[in-house]
Amino acid sequence: MSDIGFVRKDMLPEQAPPASEVGIIGWVRENLFSGIGNSVMTILSLAAIFYTLAALLPWVFSPTWNAGSLNECREILHAQGKEGHFAGACWGVIRERWIQLMFGFYPSDLYWRPIVTFGLMFVAVIPILFNMISRRMNWFLLAVVILLATFAFGGIIAWVLRILSAAGAAYLAYTLFATDKADRAEQIAQGAKRLPNPLIFSALFPFIFPWLLWGGSLWVPIGAILGFVIGYYVYAALAKTVGGLAGLIAGPLAAIIWWLFLVGTFAGVMESIIPLSIEAVESRKFGGFMLSITIGVVAIVGSLPLGIVLALGRQSDLLIVKALCVGFIEFIRGVPLITLLFVASTLLNVFMPPGTNFDIILRVLIMVTLFAAAYMAEVVRGGLAALPTGQYEGADSLGLNYWQAQRLVIMPQALKISIPGIVSTFIGVFKDTTLVSIIGLLDPLGLTNAIRADANWNGVVWELYGFIAVLFFVFCFSMSRYSMYLERKLQTGHK
Amino acid sequence: MSELTTDREIDRSKMQVSDEVAIEISGMNKWYGSFHVLRDINLTVNQGERIVIAGPSGSGKSTLIRCLNALEEHQQGKIVVDGIELTSDLKNIDKIRSEVGMCFQHFNLFPHLSILENCTLAPIWVRKTPRKEAEETAMHFLEKVKIPEQADKYPGQLSGGQQQRVAIARSLCMRPRIMLFDEPTSALDPEMIKEVLDTMIELAEEGMTMLCVTHEMGFARQVANRVIFMDAGQIVEQNEPEEFFNNPKSERTKLFLSQILGH
Repeated sequence: MSDIGFVRKDMLPEQAPPASEVGIIGWVRENLFSGIGNSVMTILSLAAIFYTLAALLPWVFSPTWNAGSLNECREILHAQGKEGHFAGACWGVIRERWIQLMFGFYPSDLYWRPIVTFGLMFVAVIPILFNMISRRMNWFLLAVVILLATFAFGGIIAWVLRILSAAGAAYLAYTLFATDKADRAEQIAQGAKRLPNPLIFSALFPFIFPWLLWGGSLWVPIGAILGFVIGYYVYAALAKTVGGLAGLIAGPLAAIIWWLFLVGTFAGVMESIIPLSIEAVESRKFGGFMLSITIGVVAIVGSLPLGIVLALGRQSDLLIVKALCVGFIEFIRGVPLITLLFVASTLLNVFMPPGTNFDIILRVLIMVTLFAAAYMAEVVRGGLAALPTGQYEGADSLGLNYWQAQRLVIMPQALKISIPGIVSTFIGVFKDTTLVSIIGLLDPLGLTNAIRADANWNGVVWELYGFIAVLFFVFCFSMSRYSMYLERKLQTGHK
Repeated sequence: MSELTTDREIDRSKMQVSDEVAIEISGMNKWYGSFHVLRDINLTVNQGERIVIAGPSGSGKSTLIRCLNALEEHQQGKIVVDGIELTSDLKNIDKIRSEVGMCFQHFNLFPHLSILENCTLAPIWVRKTPRKEAEETAMHFLEKVKIPEQADKYPGQLSGGQQQRVAIARSLCMRPRIMLFDEPTSALDPEMIKEVLDTMIELAEEGMTMLCVTHEMGFARQVANRVIFMDAGQIVEQNEPEEFFNNPKSERTKLFLSQILGH
């Protein structure tokens, strides 16, 4: 006589959820008013938000855009019956000085150069950031070259660009119309396949970037590229005849010798044969967001590969490599960035031979990059530590060698794990660029002192710093969103 | 646990042991720090042999087969795999690893690559096979382990049994002459154990040289031509499966078998 036996005859059908689980009312009840305590908190928070906005918005929307000085602002506000310290913002300062906040003291007739540089930067990074290797980007590049050829240059550069753009246009047209197929879409697709890979431009951009900003002879970046070519050929030749290790040492050595001692001569000789230069701009004229972005981007782009190498070195079995990496990382992390910047700006000159002109921005770039790389190394090491040893064993058991295993199996996963940390470091580095104002470079914060020293704007505080803060926020928030996008995109497992 | 792994007739026509030596281990010793984990191992494996290595946990059986493709380093003695001696020479190690396939307890698939990419990675980068050819080979072996339809999924989307079959296919794509299995079914649900063992049986039927560390005594009985029992880092007993299970000689083996088959 047992009544625990039970057999289900029909499976239960799915039922619609109760009203409290779906819809707006369900959501509000669930998230805002789920109990007395929560209801009180909701109402208090709404009140706090309301009072904050009620105080802030009238200040932000003040009709002072066209004012020429702080006094004019006060008069405009006075006419509206607003008085006192927080009567309204004085936006005239931004209208008058925003160009300066962007470019510092960069010559105004050359503003197109930073603009083009940062425009091209997007062309260069989009294929990398979004894995969007669309050969049609060549059209965009061509358009930029044509624009440059038409407006920007005089002299031989213009002619070179014109010939380039004509050749480019002819080539693009050829890719489109050379095929006899009737199907136009097919034709364009076929043509697009024959265009150069846009990653080629991404690889060239690091050389175009400083040339456009600082100007000077085009032969210098060409010489820099030649250094890589020379290093590669020395490596290849030695690796074949003497051995891999000799090549690995001699290749970079040859490139470094070329860069340090021969590029200058090479550029000088070539320049005297075929002059290809644009007006040079000195480093002390750089400033504003242009400077922040330049330092930030170089530090970001440079620190990631350097950090990966340091992280791998720290895990290495080779004792000396490991000691060097650990020493470097711990030393850099143990010293404030501001100290390193002071070293870069003052102390470094003591060790240089007299008369050496080692560009101040270059010194800062190197220091900030090294600083960021040390932090990056630790973030990447965290990612490496999170990988189960099974991944190393899996790669090893298939016969992949060390570098293949790192590149194909370990790094893609370790970097994916450390995306949040990497982007945090990027954001930190970008914000740290404001520290260069302390060693006298005119980044946006450095410029605020100059602006506030102007008799017209003496006393303006919130508007300037607010504007700078908003711009920094836009950059940093974009990076943060991008990291979330990347994490979603790379999500392959179901946990 | 002693019941048979499969009730179908195993095709033994190709399961032949040749005279050619695949692996030769002589006087091999290994220490972890001061712990003597493998003691004087001598073992010769011929081409086409299917060897099951059994023993209590901590007896060194996993360490032994991990030494065979240098995932662990041995300190004394000699290991010759497929005619190549395992030394600290990295080139030899990579060569041996590309000739010896290995399956792990936790599969060790690469979670950031699709199933197909997992299978083509090593052929493309180690063997320099053209991508198209590598993909064809991969699909061939995925069909063999009966999951071609999962080729575009990621490892995280597959069940444990499916993942282990992918791991086997991934190893096979390198066309290895020897396969090592390190407890391939220990992390799986009972339902999935069978599908993996079936795949391993098919592999044996094709004449693959196999060394399996496993607790599946049914598999040992039906497929192996030799069972090795290890304890405390030593080979305690080895014999043909029939003799090993029905008539164990060593007291230690008897105790182990009574515990593992007793229920």
